Amino acid sequence: MNTSARTTARLLSSALRALLVLSVVTGVVYPLAVTGIAQAAFHDKANGSVIEHDGRAVGSKLIGQSWNLKGTDAPDPRWFQPRPSHSTYDPLTTGSSQLGASDPTLVKTVRETRKQVAAFNGVPPSAVPKDAVTGSASALDPHISPAYAEIQIARVAKARGLTESRVADLVNDHEEGRDLGFLGNARVNVLELNLALSRLPAN
Amino acid sequence: MSPTLASVLQVSALVAALALVHRPLGDHMARVYAGTKHSRAERWIYRAVGADPDAGMRWPAYLRTVLAFSLAGVLLLYALQRLQDRLPLSLGFAPLSPDQAFNTAASFTSNTNWQSYAGESAMSHLTQTGGLAVQNFVSAAVGMSVAVALIRGFARARTGELGNFWADLVRGTVRILLPVSAAAAVLLVAAGAVQNFSDVQSVTTVTGQTQHLTGGAVASQEAIKDLGTNGGGFYNANSSHPFENPDGSSNLLEVFLLLLIPFSLPRTFGTMVGSVRQGYAVVAAMAGIWFAGVVAVTLLEAAHPGTAAQLAGGAMEGKEQRFGESASSLFAVSTTMTSTGSVNSFHDSFSGLSGGVLLFGMMIGEIAPGGVGSGLYGMLVMAVVAVFLAGLMVGRTPEYLGKRLGPREMKLAACYLLVTPALVLSGTALAMGTGNGESAMTNTGPHGFSEVLYAYTSASNNNGSAFAGFGADTGFHNTALGLCMLLGRFLPMVFVLALAGSLARQRPAPASAGTLRTDKPLFTGVLVACVAVVAGLTFFPSLALGPLAEGLAA
Repeated sequence: MNTSARTTARLLSSALRALLVLSVVTGVVYPLAVTGIAQAAFHDKANGSVIEHDGRAVGSKLIGQSWNLKGTDAPDPRWFQPRPSHSTYDPLTTGSSQLGASDPTLVKTVRETRKQVAAFNGVPPSAVPKDAVTGSASALDPHISPAYAEIQIARVAKARGLTESRVADLVNDHEEGRDLGFLGNARVNVLELNLALSRLPAN
Repeated sequence: MSPTLASVLQVSALVAALALVHRPLGDHMARVYAGTKHSRAERWIYRAVGADPDAGMRWPAYLRTVLAFSLAGVLLLYALQRLQDRLPLSLGFAPLSPDQAFNTAASFTSNTNWQSYAGESAMSHLTQTGGLAVQNFVSAAVGMSVAVALIRGFARARTGELGNFWADLVRGTVRILLPVSAAAAVLLVAAGAVQNFSDVQSVTTVTGQTQHLTGGAVASQEAIKDLGTNGGGFYNANSSHPFENPDGSSNLLEVFLLLLIPFSLPRTFGTMVGSVRQGYAVVAAMAGIWFAGVVAVTLLEAAHPGTAAQLAGGAMEGKEQRFGESASSLFAVSTTMTSTGSVNSFHDSFSGLSGGVLLFGMMIGEIAPGGVGSGLYGMLVMAVVAVFLAGLMVGRTPEYLGKRLGPREMKLAACYLLVTPALVLSGTALAMGTGNGESAMTNTGPHGFSEVLYAYTSASNNNGSAFAGFGADTGFHNTALGLCMLLGRFLPMVFVLALAGSLARQRPAPASAGTLRTDKPLFTGVLVACVAVVAGLTFFPSLALGPLAEGLAA
């Protein structure tokens, strides 16, 4: 073996050792330390903000769910409906439609969704807000806009035999403003709203 | 609060936070890289590596060490992915195909973090945390080391030595990236990001359906993914996933992390060359371009041109309700201009012209403010060109920071500038010419072409974001994009280190009445114009075929 090959071999072995040592520091110690702190200080959040209902886990506060009639892809009128999701809220396939703002398929989808949402909720198509006719980025969006919640009140109240004002009060209670007053967007968490709805006693 | 006011407050809060923190952090980084003391842990690391951290390296030795370390990174990451089914914490996932494993190894080692896979359904906990997240740290530390070597080239005189790569690598990782990431990760968990090593948890919903909730060491990876301008998401949905980015405050924290080191390094540069005003002239050029991008995309998304967006009444396709249009626009511009590539909304669904702005942000070479380290050395090379052009106008030998820019320096700077455009344009042309571009498109027409152009721009500039409709997981694209990422990362480093070496050898020339003042607003203006002209002339034809055609038709 000549000198330059030996130097190269020595350099590569240093490189590999450096990588292994730094892997231990940044790939083992760092994530374990963060996990330790997270589990001790923020146990529920670190494990996915799971919500319990009647003593069992029913989902995560942060992950949207499908509220369709069981075994179908038709929305259940008794529940507030989330934004459209092309993966029907399956956390194992996340991501958006990837369609451009002028894409003909997207144009068709928006047009049809607007018609469906308007008919389902008994409101004019012009009253349907933008988040109700567009898919989110994650396909797991847990929120809808306050405007989308409001156009669903009458339909939910009717399906459950509740007065509209009681459902409207519930929606009001669940409207969240922008974070710290100026960050992000106003919203309503669909799972929390629907769970509160299910706890509402009959008229 | 009106959306406009909220939007203005959000950007103001971000700028204020950066203005507050860049000074202590920039000074800290200058001390870290100039220091001569080693902590006990660091000394232990140097012993394990078998390196003398005090030995000065000339540019060829510095470069060889950078390349050897990065090659080791590619090989180890490739092996982890190919063997993940036989290693612990596999979650039952199969090994990746050779071309996809190569693509991912190239991607994470080159600080690109382009992902042709979906994390939640392809990568084991060990691959994510012990492989990908490690490169998030060290590839960022490599970028910072090369930037510091170039700064030393300007600061030093009559020596060929640019410092010691091992010392720069270890200090950058241990003293800068680790502590900031750890603090940020805990803040992200406090906002709701997950951090565990659990298997998928199945729950039965109120309506009787089964939902699988995913776990992972997400917050710790999210923090360094943004801080190190990496961008590879734990999940396919990246920072739009509620477990990665739970609310408006975590979103602002993530944008802050993207911009933190790139906007602080010019202060480090100024301190190390002995005049902080030199750093401010550079950072002003970066900030001006970034701010123009933020304003342009925010206004375009608020106006939501495009047939589908008009019909929907807003540009909410591919955006999360908790962020809305303005926080998504701010994130999109910051991630494309920092070579990060994480996304909190999907760029494919932005309006045609917004997509053009995002593309242009990458095409200027990731310098406003650019990736950690790479943004600064890219902007300094551009400053060299700007000084040269200004020198030509008045007919005198150009000098920058007392160093004469002769034929050798200018050749190296020119080579640096040619690398990424050559990769972007020939890569796109090859993909389109062979039919591989068209078959990977989700969209049709000009927008489909934009997907291909975006992919090759993003890979060659080490950004890593995508018009994600682009079907990148084919043998052709995995290989071609993998090569673009490696060449786009390491060829420019060759020219930067050679430039640093030749600057460090020079004796500084005293400034005279005819010297161009490079610490004044006039120079910032020349620099911005230079950036716009170089990128504009190179890329205008390709932009005209994609985003401009789409935007003008809408």
